[in-house]
Amino acid sequence: MNVEIIFFFLIAALAILSAILMITRRNPIMSVLYLIVNFFSLAVMYLLLHAQFIAIIQILVYAGAIMVLFLFVIMLLNLGDEARLTERPTLKKMIAVGLTTVVLLQLLVGLRLLTASDSTSLSAHATAMGTVESIGKALFTDYVLPFEITSVILLAAMVGVIVLAKKKFQ
Amino acid sequence: MTGIALHHYLALSAILFTIGVVGVLTRRNAIIVFMCVELMLNSVNLSLVAFSAYLGNPTGQILVFFVMTVAAAEAAVGLAIIIALFRNKQTVNIDEINIMKW
Repeated sequence: MNVEIIFFFLIAALAILSAILMITRRNPIMSVLYLIVNFFSLAVMYLLLHAQFIAIIQILVYAGAIMVLFLFVIMLLNLGDEARLTERPTLKKMIAVGLTTVVLLQLLVGLRLLTASDSTSLSAHATAMGTVESIGKALFTDYVLPFEITSVILLAAMVGVIVLAKKKFQ
Repeated sequence: MTGIALHHYLALSAILFTIGVVGVLTRRNAIIVFMCVELMLNSVNLSLVAFSAYLGNPTGQILVFFVMTVAAAEAAVGLAIIIALFRNKQTVNIDEINIMKW
């Protein structure tokens, strides 16, 4: 057991714990805060995988921008004290949880059988691959068309949000 | 056990995805359901980055970049829909929001 694997299991436990807390909190603001913890632990995972650019983007875009948007909407709608939203365990939910657990077990058994995933060393050029330089080079050469289409998606989302959230549509 | 294997990351990704699915299926607050979708997107991102790093192919990280862009657009539009729904029905309970149900 070297230091790296202990660190991995600590962060993995943090990620799983914060995810479970996220789906069980009644107060949506607590859920958002636990989801941010989860996103930070995933960013640490990306760093362990030598994907520096993705790790930074994870913190900036997900933990920063998207979660602030969530917090903003929750506070705008004043959902902090949602007493009317009764959430009690029904048979349907129990069945849902049971079925999902079965799917998880299937996934994990499938992983165990997949011997190709036993490699314990990162690819030799993993460190060079995750830098801003190499990602940027790939984005602006091989993937320049999808990159430009991304801007259209963002524009469409922007227009859509304004149309949807406007008070009166005249 | 000498180092972190690819299947460690894939197992973590599967667990997080399952937690997200459980959240979507059991919670009734539309915003929390929405956050669970984000959690699921993130768990898939983790497996993409893990495959990318272990197999030495940068395409996985490029795909994660695009997933994040689409997730940002999706979050913005989804939250705008929730605001519009809340304005009309004064609730975010997905059991009461069933105007699209057949």
